[in-house]
Amino acid sequence: MGFDYQKDEQNIVTITMDMEGRSTNVINTEFHLLMSEALEKIQADKSVTGVVLTSGKKTFLAGGDLEMLYGFTDPQDVFNSSQLFKDKTRTMETLGVPVVAAINGAAIGGGFELTLACHHRIAIDSPKTKIGLPEVTLGLLPGGGGVARLPRVIGLEAAFPFLLEGKQVKPGAALKAGLIDNLASDRDDLMAKAKAWILANPESAQPWDQKGYKMPGGNPQHPKVAQMLAIAPAILKKKTQGNYPAPEAIMNAAVEGALVDIDTALRIETRYFIQLATGKVSKNMINAFWFQMNEITSGASRPKDIPPTDTQKLGVLGSGMMGHGIAYVSALSGIEVVMTDATQESADKGLAAIAKIMQKKVDKGRMAQEKMDTVLGQINATDDYSKLDGCDLIIEAVYEDRELKAKVTAVTESVMDPTGVFGSNTSTLPVTGLAERSSRPESFIGIHFFSPVDKMKLVEIIVGEKTSDDALAKAFDYVLKIHKIPIVVNDSRGFYTSRVFGTYPTEGMALLAEGHHPREIESAGMKAGMPVGPLALADEVSLGLMAHIRNQTRKDLEAEGKKIPESPFDPVIELMVEKEKRLGRAAGGGFYEYDEKHKHLWPGLREHFPPCENPIPQEEMIERMMFVQALDTVRCYEENVLTSIADANIGSIFGWGFAPFKGGTLQFINDYGVKAFADRSQELAAKYGDRFAPPQLLKDMAEKREYFN
Amino acid sequence: MINEAFIFDAIRSPRGKKKGGALNEVTPVDLVSKLMKTLARKHELDTSQVDDVVLGCVTPIGDQGANVAKTSAQFAGWDIDVPGMQINRFCASGLETVNMAAMKVRSGWEDLVVAGGVESMSRVPMGSDGGAMAFEPKVNSKTDFVTQGIGADLVATMEGFSRKDLDEYAAISQSRASTASKNGRFKSLIPIKDQNGLMILDKDEHIRPGITVDDLGALKPSFEIMGQMGFDAVALQKYSGVETINHVHTAGNASGIVDGAALVLVGTEEKGKELGLKPRARVVSAALVGMDPTIMLTGPGPATKKALKKAGMALSDIDLLEVNEAFAAVVLRFLKDMGKNDIDNVNVNGGSIAMGHPLGATGAMLLGTALDELETRDLSTGLITLCVGGGMGIATIIERV
Repeated sequence: MGFDYQKDEQNIVTITMDMEGRSTNVINTEFHLLMSEALEKIQADKSVTGVVLTSGKKTFLAGGDLEMLYGFTDPQDVFNSSQLFKDKTRTMETLGVPVVAAINGAAIGGGFELTLACHHRIAIDSPKTKIGLPEVTLGLLPGGGGVARLPRVIGLEAAFPFLLEGKQVKPGAALKAGLIDNLASDRDDLMAKAKAWILANPESAQPWDQKGYKMPGGNPQHPKVAQMLAIAPAILKKKTQGNYPAPEAIMNAAVEGALVDIDTALRIETRYFIQLATGKVSKNMINAFWFQMNEITSGASRPKDIPPTDTQKLGVLGSGMMGHGIAYVSALSGIEVVMTDATQESADKGLAAIAKIMQKKVDKGRMAQEKMDTVLGQINATDDYSKLDGCDLIIEAVYEDRELKAKVTAVTESVMDPTGVFGSNTSTLPVTGLAERSSRPESFIGIHFFSPVDKMKLVEIIVGEKTSDDALAKAFDYVLKIHKIPIVVNDSRGFYTSRVFGTYPTEGMALLAEGHHPREIESAGMKAGMPVGPLALADEVSLGLMAHIRNQTRKDLEAEGKKIPESPFDPVIELMVEKEKRLGRAAGGGFYEYDEKHKHLWPGLREHFPPCENPIPQEEMIERMMFVQALDTVRCYEENVLTSIADANIGSIFGWGFAPFKGGTLQFINDYGVKAFADRSQELAAKYGDRFAPPQLLKDMAEKREYFN
Repeated sequence: MINEAFIFDAIRSPRGKKKGGALNEVTPVDLVSKLMKTLARKHELDTSQVDDVVLGCVTPIGDQGANVAKTSAQFAGWDIDVPGMQINRFCASGLETVNMAAMKVRSGWEDLVVAGGVESMSRVPMGSDGGAMAFEPKVNSKTDFVTQGIGADLVATMEGFSRKDLDEYAAISQSRASTASKNGRFKSLIPIKDQNGLMILDKDEHIRPGITVDDLGALKPSFEIMGQMGFDAVALQKYSGVETINHVHTAGNASGIVDGAALVLVGTEEKGKELGLKPRARVVSAALVGMDPTIMLTGPGPATKKALKKAGMALSDIDLLEVNEAFAAVVLRFLKDMGKNDIDNVNVNGGSIAMGHPLGATGAMLLGTALDELETRDLSTGLITLCVGGGMGIATIIERV
């Protein structure tokens, strides 16, 4: 196999990329050889009138070999590899005969970039034929000529969303945006249209290889473009806080490339690509979003010897915010759902909330009315527990109260499928304890969703002491079925996500108690790469809830004869919750005051937490906020709450927005340097307390020069 | 009490060609910043001690507009306490900044100044900044505007320099430059690398090694057509004793259009001691002259005489001369003006004909080239002079310490 080469009666050559032994075509050494061969054949044959480039796989071309790229450390190697592809595409687009890209399937990244080096692009109009340049999401840039060519095709401003955000579109939208030139209904139509275009356009050259070429919309010196460019870096900085080198590099490469000829533009693109590829951020992001994400979705944390399961009938107990969210995403994936509540009225309210979510989408044209009707039809909202009969999976999402949970567990277990699995959406109550009130603790498991359920991709599966592999496999498969990301942790107080994420707002509070300016604290949190500042986050989560959990933990530990260690944030919680009754955003105000459109810091903060004499620099605040999260993750790993590094990293990013550019809480440590991190933790511990003390596991790893991978 | 002005260092980028040149991809600010970072690193320079940065740039618009000096200092990460200014004395700019730095230092009001220049002619074409001299008809007419090449051909005609004379000179420039380049005589040439440490350009790429007088003879005169259209008439109406202008200048015996940047570090002796900078030379004197804008290119002779007079020196006191090869006739006319009939110590390592003339930077580059060669040969005194489009001349005398 390889590349199939056919010449027809009109001397049109069709190259069908069909690399052997793989499900997708990919740009690697073999690809280069095959492409060289094909191009040489065409160049040697003067009778060729045109070329159709297509694929024999389901997708057009997958793009560059990420494994190979991830391994590169020498800039010269990346340069040579990049220029190799670029030389071929330049040859292809200057053949002197028309070259048409017949896009039969998804053309993403390098795949789409290859089509940009063709003179005409046609795609089969199917929702599966996604088109886009997602490299920025891995901390890279479209290094196959996309940065140099896309602005030359559609203009700089139009190209920016695709280059800077990695926007992917379906063929209809791609046509509208100018990424492709025509649509086809199926393969036959595709090939017919491609050949027709060739015959109608016998002398093709790229616009940028023709005299008098002007970039659509103007080049960077055009007044309109210049105006946009003057503010573009600021718009970017607002989003990235300067933490993401990729969008900046893309903007630089695109603009600088727009001022020179195509070959120079391609070389400039290569230089910025090298800068990103050999830098830390892309390594962190590729590690997380490619390697570790693939590891997770291919079931690394799923028990190996359990055959695939398929949830048919789901029972969701509780129609509150979490409950109806879970019911919604499950029904959306085709699962039959029974959603219960104490009263029919409450259950109906939950269903109405689901309808509201979908109505918004229908109104915006993002969901078909039929789909909405189908989904609603799959959900039975009721107060009658007997309707749960035959459910092979239950997710209990009632109030965080042991007795209430025990009660609904008992009732449900008496009607559900006895071989089914009982999941609890508890966010803090240890699952083993809850399982003690179950009649089948081996089928009891924690399935912890995040709010808002329809938007948050992570689901934390918690394995209790007695939970069986079957139950785990069932839960795991269910989470994948509803298109979410499963991580698996062992039972403990706070599990992984609730426990570790909490260290961020509490560290912010500790800083506040020390007398640091609340704005500086929030600004440090944003600069660290967190989605919001620690104090704003505490308000969102609810100070009241944090106080409640703290009290519960204190009580539980006392019941075990232990005492809860004192924390620097205790006085803050006490003051805000007990004294000032400022419980958070939902309760009308917390660290912030909220009005219709804005929030601003409560002026009382400086009064109650007077400014300190020698504030620490922002870098140290950032370190403290990130180190506490990383260190507690290590402890989870040491304590066997976490058994997978991928789960730790992905869980932190998707669970609470831990700085994606650092690749997750454990990758953060690799990025810092394990030994350097351990040493710095020691220093911070001496200054600020035990929560910074490096765990033994970390100290051992530092000594053995090991990394978290 | 005069505070003598000392030159602590002079560095330059290689000169990149205009068409398909290696420096075309490097933005002007980036180019200067790379040199600034190199200068700071080389001397472990506490940049907060720099009192001013003065850079020449003749087409200060677009990529090199908006005070390229201050912008470059910021982009290079120099201390926020460093001011900057861009100046324009056309082709003399690079040397003018050195003279200005010397004046600032000698006045006693500033202690450490960075001079130099930048011109990316492949990115910001000469003349693209407009200007009344050429583009405002009443000014154009009153000042009898002609393009520089016409001035050069007029000089050649009036002095009786033949096409062969010019091409022979050009071939020597090429040969000398080629040899110097190969033998690493340009000690102050800083290779330009990308952000990843990969090489972009490490030598002057405009040089044509091995080019012969015959090769040069095959080139067409550059200014014949525009001369015939009208510029010759303007010149001849003024120089009424001349019958016709011989168009003898070509792309091969005139300076090349290139990209480049240079920096010169100038300061007081004390400042040097304080910062551990070893002086390489002293600025002895500087001079400026103006003349008729139509013939425009005869400035080097008068400027040199003026500088020598200021220094109380004679031409025989000068060990090495750098006379900018804007056009071959400029150098030959200079020799005549100075009563010199050899080029043994003139442009010994070639000049702008071979290597190119990055307008705002050239003056500083010639100074660095002269200084390097004085050190290599263990000689003492150098003189740098340039003609200036529009009718000026500049000269600077330096002396090794």
